Amino acid sequence: MNDTITAISTALGIGAISIVRVSGEDAIDIVNEVFKGKNLSKVASHTIHYGHIIDNEEIVDEVLVSVMRAPKTFTTEDIVEINCHGGIATTNKVLELLLTKGCRLAEPGEFTKRAFLNGRIDLIEAEGVMDLINSKTEQASKLALNQVDGKVSNLIKKLRQEILEVLANIEVNIDYPEYEDIEQYTTDKLKDSIYDLKKSISRILNESKNGKLISEGIKVSIIGKPNVGKSSILNKLLGENKAIVTDVEGTTRDIVEGTINLDGLMLNIIDTAGIRETKDIVESIGVNKSIELIETSDLVLFVLNNNEELDKESIDILKKLHNKNYVVIVNKIDLPNKLDLKSIKTDNIVLMSAIENKGIEELKHLIKKIYNMEEINTQDMTYLTSARSISILRKALSSVKDIEKGLLDDMPIDILEIDLKNIWSLLGEIIGETYNDELIDQLFSQFCLGK
Amino acid sequence: MEYDVIVVGGGHAGCEAALASSRMGNKTLLITGNINNIADMPCNPSIGGSAKGIVVREIDALGGEMGRNADKSKLQIKMLNSSKGPSVQALRAQADKITYPKEMLKTLKSVTNLEIKEDLVENLIVRENTVEGVELENGEKIYSKAVILTTGTYLKADILVGNTRHREGPHGEKPSNYLSDNLKKLGFRIIRLKTGTPQRIDKNTIDFTKTREEKGSDKELFFSFDDNEHYDVNDQISCHLVYTTSKTHEIIKENLNKSSMYGGLDDIEGVGPRYCPSIEDKIVRFSDKPRHQLFLEPESLYYDDIYIQGFSTSMPHDVQEQMVHSLPGLENAKILKYAYAIEYDAIYPTQLKQTLETKLINNLYTAGQINGTSGYEEAACQGLIAGINASLKIQGKEPLILKRNEAYIGVLIDDLVTKGVRDPYRLLTSRAEYRLLLRHDNADIRLREYGHQIGLIDDKRYNDFVHKKQMMKELTDKLNSVKITPTKKVSEYLETLNTPALKDGITLYNLLKRQEITIDMLYPFIDVDYPEEIKKEVEINIKYEGYIKKANREAKKLLNLENKKIPDDIDYDTIGNLASEAKQKLNEIKPTTLAQALRISGVNPADISILSVYLKKEYRNGSK
Repeated sequence: MNDTITAISTALGIGAISIVRVSGEDAIDIVNEVFKGKNLSKVASHTIHYGHIIDNEEIVDEVLVSVMRAPKTFTTEDIVEINCHGGIATTNKVLELLLTKGCRLAEPGEFTKRAFLNGRIDLIEAEGVMDLINSKTEQASKLALNQVDGKVSNLIKKLRQEILEVLANIEVNIDYPEYEDIEQYTTDKLKDSIYDLKKSISRILNESKNGKLISEGIKVSIIGKPNVGKSSILNKLLGENKAIVTDVEGTTRDIVEGTINLDGLMLNIIDTAGIRETKDIVESIGVNKSIELIETSDLVLFVLNNNEELDKESIDILKKLHNKNYVVIVNKIDLPNKLDLKSIKTDNIVLMSAIENKGIEELKHLIKKIYNMEEINTQDMTYLTSARSISILRKALSSVKDIEKGLLDDMPIDILEIDLKNIWSLLGEIIGETYNDELIDQLFSQFCLGK
Repeated sequence: MEYDVIVVGGGHAGCEAALASSRMGNKTLLITGNINNIADMPCNPSIGGSAKGIVVREIDALGGEMGRNADKSKLQIKMLNSSKGPSVQALRAQADKITYPKEMLKTLKSVTNLEIKEDLVENLIVRENTVEGVELENGEKIYSKAVILTTGTYLKADILVGNTRHREGPHGEKPSNYLSDNLKKLGFRIIRLKTGTPQRIDKNTIDFTKTREEKGSDKELFFSFDDNEHYDVNDQISCHLVYTTSKTHEIIKENLNKSSMYGGLDDIEGVGPRYCPSIEDKIVRFSDKPRHQLFLEPESLYYDDIYIQGFSTSMPHDVQEQMVHSLPGLENAKILKYAYAIEYDAIYPTQLKQTLETKLINNLYTAGQINGTSGYEEAACQGLIAGINASLKIQGKEPLILKRNEAYIGVLIDDLVTKGVRDPYRLLTSRAEYRLLLRHDNADIRLREYGHQIGLIDDKRYNDFVHKKQMMKELTDKLNSVKITPTKKVSEYLETLNTPALKDGITLYNLLKRQEITIDMLYPFIDVDYPEEIKKEVEINIKYEGYIKKANREAKKLLNLENKKIPDDIDYDTIGNLASEAKQKLNEIKPTTLAQALRISGVNPADISILSVYLKKEYRNGSK
């Protein structure tokens, strides 16, 4: 039997309530020892009780305690959740108290690991829970929940079932070659099935791309010549959205300067070194640096000065923006126009005067339009949100393309079937029905503490 | 010790086991109920078929007898799936039911070290969980170092026809009544299975003009890799195709309750094979099919029986008469033997190791239908492996365990000992994960080396094999080194082949990758001709190179898991998180590797994850 583990399950410092979760055989007994209120060992499962956490008769915090008994819990073990109201210090004290009473501090991801190991959730759901916990916007939480519901699992199960039927048809022909009564599964039929399969996989991948943008945010860079107004535009975007500005280092080598929540769409402004510095420092981001930024960004905001003519460097940058999501911001429209607007060939253009607060709303609207937020909000989409699942699905898609190539080369059906079987097995890997050895350790090492 | 190895049963498994054991230098005794029934073919008169034909090639590559014996006794032979790709082609021959056993007996008698005895074995001599010999019906004891049971359907055999049940084996032979009970006493789990065989018809009473002729191949074909005697392809005997009629279906539906499997008998326990269902099964399960195919197959040159493949039934005799007469061309046919079903005892095969030695009793091996399989080829290959492994064990050598990516034989045995059986197990190509690797043409490349190492392939046969490999390499090198350029002459030639013109120079090797190009078309550029089988194999290796590589990569992944050994002393009950079904299955089957564990039904990937984590934790640095 597993020992009893505990951890603070909510993000520290944010929100009025923090939850301390306890899971394991002795969860109820241990909490009961420090709880003043009803006798928790006698209460019904899945009930909430008001009371106090006490340490030697001394009240630590006023709490609500949820008692959930095995097996219908997240980990399938007994779980007690303590809702603490007293802020970080008291929540930590509650945790320490539980540790002295025999709980062990949970390792990162251990609750989810138990849920998975006890068969409560499959791998993809475990990943979904991860995403749910890490999600910073409501949109992302919805997406993560979508996975927990097993919605992706269901879709993939359906695809696998369809593949299995094709495989069975091919196999029957091979194993009973002389029975003419059995319908022959020809390469023409396979062509149709492959077409459908490709469409389904591409669709999930496409939607996943959007899903990934939603859960992980969009990398945005603001580029432009010195003094074109990049910093004021950034400040307007940040300020008006009351966004949390952090200097946290991102998971990639990019530096996230600030994060803007745009109606659920998270914009991570990356690597804008210098633009928030004081004006005394001359900005010197050259063309090369700009090109580097363009390559690493999902969205580029290219700022031009309405009061200057388009120079050669800017024309070069505009060329580089081809094939990218980008917005051209023509700033300083409060000054006389010297820029030839007709030479900028894009619809994604915003006329702005950051100083006069003109054009900011238009910019936000345009960004939302680019990412099709309305559509994402309303459409019933199925995403894979983890990089792992997406990369497996990409492999599957590339096998689909191998089959298409094989069909063109007139390969016999029993040869083409090799790739089809491979796709079936890859899809199984996503939903944990095909075993992948390397996966387990790697996956658990990603889980955050507490859940 | 009187003998090194005793083989009980002289069917296809028993013959291979006895031959392998004696040829590997062991003093061997083959005990059979009736010497005239050695290598008998009580059911269909054919050897090979999809997947099975490849097994016969594998048996031959390892030094077994079935392929050579089938070549000696074939009435016709053809390559199945020849219109499909290289991974699924397989040979099937109609074998003469008189010649096949006769030739096999001749071979058995020619081997030194091998004695044959007519008797019934009813018990095993077991001491300290090790078998020491057998006890005959009359109580006589014969001692040996190892025993191989290949009793086929003879354990408590019951013949079922309509609503009757008789305790007897095929051909009215005496069954073994006590051996299975004695196995049960030793602790074995015994299951009951069922199989059936169709009617035999007098060929002189069939109007073949109403049927469709099915000829053998117009090319010479052989199961065996070794020197083969030429035969005249025009001298082959044909099969004939007929279809059931609506009248046949009516007769069966009306009399369904008389079939012993559909209510005629209410004490049927045996489970029949899903893959060759009786005709009443087919009509009930596929009621929308207006007709079913039947093949009329000759049994022998020496008598007149025609076997109706696809018509097996357990209807009473009078209904069988009506059924047969409802078939086109058989309106006046005379039934020489009625169809019947047979029910028999078998050992639940998860009680075996991959070597086919039983887990319960040391040095006791089982092979063939007693392990829950169906089919001559399935039986023969198990007999061969059991014979080989019993011999290797006696000689204190490492066993021969073929992996799933090495041979269909490996797939079959792994399936049996890992998954068990619900109904008689038939080998299908779909049971193999890597069938592009397990081809008809490369069985020798895969296995002959093993055959030579264990001593079943003599130096002469081995040298021929080495020579063949050399020629293959030579031809491959040549195709790689010859480069053709788009000269006028070349372009004109390629145009006659209906293949796109060249833009640049290309090696013959790469040109051969075009699906429409065959190796023979390249002859003008090479000028040397090679034997057919060498050209064919080289062509497959080149044409499907990318796919073969892919299959090998996948197989390698499996091998990695195959190399993760599970220690014998593992206690699954202490692994808290394992699902209880998984625990039970793992305890029962005791897989030796993580890969085998993954193939157990009822053990799902999550269980394997847990097991993998546990193994890493508990057995790290050899700490346990």
